[in-house]
Amino acid sequence: MLTNQEVAEDLLKKFGDDVFDFEEPYGLLTLTTTREQAIPMLEYLFHHEKFQANFLTDLTGIHYPDSEGKEFAVVYHVHSLVHNFRVRIKVFLAEADIHIPTATGLYASANWMERETYDFFGILFDGHPNLKRILNIEEMDYFPMRRQYPLEDSTREDKIDALFGR
Amino acid sequence: MADIELIPNKKHLARADQPELVGELTTLNLGPTHPATHGIFQNILQMDGEIIVSSEQTIGYIHRAFEKIAERRPYYQITTLTDRMNYCSSPINNLGWHMTMEKFLQVEVPKRAQYIRVIMMELARIADHLICNGILGVDTGAFSGFLYLFEKREEIYEIYEEVCGARLTTNMGRLGGMERDLSTEAIRKLRAFIKSFPPVMREFESLFNRNRIFMDRIIDVGAISAERALNYGFTGPNLRAAGVDYDVRVMNPYSSYEDFDFIIPIGQSGDTYDRFMVRNAEIWESLKIVEQALENLPEGPFYADAPEYYLPPKKEVYSSMEALIYHFKIVMGEIDAPIGEIYHAVEGGNGELGFYMISDGGRAPYRLHFRRPSFIYYQAFPEMCVGSTLSDAIVIMSSLNVIAGELDS
Repeated sequence: MLTNQEVAEDLLKKFGDDVFDFEEPYGLLTLTTTREQAIPMLEYLFHHEKFQANFLTDLTGIHYPDSEGKEFAVVYHVHSLVHNFRVRIKVFLAEADIHIPTATGLYASANWMERETYDFFGILFDGHPNLKRILNIEEMDYFPMRRQYPLEDSTREDKIDALFGR
Repeated sequence: MADIELIPNKKHLARADQPELVGELTTLNLGPTHPATHGIFQNILQMDGEIIVSSEQTIGYIHRAFEKIAERRPYYQITTLTDRMNYCSSPINNLGWHMTMEKFLQVEVPKRAQYIRVIMMELARIADHLICNGILGVDTGAFSGFLYLFEKREEIYEIYEEVCGARLTTNMGRLGGMERDLSTEAIRKLRAFIKSFPPVMREFESLFNRNRIFMDRIIDVGAISAERALNYGFTGPNLRAAGVDYDVRVMNPYSSYEDFDFIIPIGQSGDTYDRFMVRNAEIWESLKIVEQALENLPEGPFYADAPEYYLPPKKEVYSSMEALIYHFKIVMGEIDAPIGEIYHAVEGGNGELGFYMISDGGRAPYRLHFRRPSFIYYQAFPEMCVGSTLSDAIVIMSSLNVIAGELDS
């Protein structure tokens, strides 16, 4: 049985200052790394003799428009089926330089997940074999999951927050 | 991991590996509205005679932007989005979402509600697998099995009706428990189902399992090794057919699954036949769980003592001030969740159904991402069907159980 402490210490030993912001929300080890170290870290976990975290559960993006220089996050959920251990790896990207290396070399499953993340957030995965939109139409010229596209018409007056005591 | 590693579609491999033998290719559109795809998605196939040389997939025809919509909706209104994903087993989606929120808000759900949920989720799994395997029969030209099974699926839907009032898009359960207790009529229907289902299932199995024509048709078709399946992010019956015994219910038990005695059926070669057999075996296991849960159904309340999250009973709303306030707050979506993030997964009909939710402390999620199993494993389809015939491709797609709603979210 792997503990969060054990994995965190191992990663800290291997990656040093490039891994930071350790958290454990609801028991799931969460950490942040730099763009340069993201793929090496996934590879390290993938081929690690003990951890064998070789299953990519999920890959997605998040948009934080208000945090300058860290507007976008790419989140990897990696699972070690042998130890039943999950780890969440976050990489923050700046809007001006929204590139991250692809994980498709490591996981075949990353292909569509990265395409989906590109489709909705415009995050560019360098080296991806076929980075184009997947769920939306190709003519679309914006990235719909970004926060600047509100779901409802902001000029509507029947749904003002004040009317609801908010 | 499987000891045996089969080459996908070894029947026709020679032809696909020798490009010099490939003459003029035919482009064939499979879908988007072809009945054999069981949903709206397109495959542009390059065919050399009857052999598939390459396949390009187009998906997204029924994309409904659930993740975006969820960012505007109060937590309990998101349930209706989840049941439109895998509409063949909506209760698993609904209850999976409730369990995510309960874990997030640290609401302790009473045993009785957990058991009722297990019953409903396992019925949903049975219904899901019945469709998949029944349709596989139809795609190979055997219609009768499908019809026998659909009668039983109808009975499952009647049980849904008794429990939540709906059949397809169930919106079942509430944050904190179930919306109502199991009625005597529901229990009667459940018992009737447990009694009447095995003979039909046995008949179905005797029609297919050792049927020479059926076996010749699907053995060695669309095989995938355990290693490739894991790399492709397979989960659920499709992964287990390849020989990996990963089941969320056992590995990370939720909703009291640790109380029940069941096994994880696994296959060996990951081909269409193994997927079919694993689903059949899982139906029996699910039935076992339903029986056990119904037999040992604990007494007690069917919802948690969490008035700020669980909609109070109507009677109290009319008579008690507090209940009225909570009722109003919940219905208007004025319940704020704490700041945080959570990933919670349940074993859906097709595999690990995950909910990754980030809250900024508001009334709606800041970001909600659904890990949809069929979206992830459907990418393996070209690799599985290249080198096989068109009719094999239909069978492979059918046995993967790709649900368009889940694929496109």
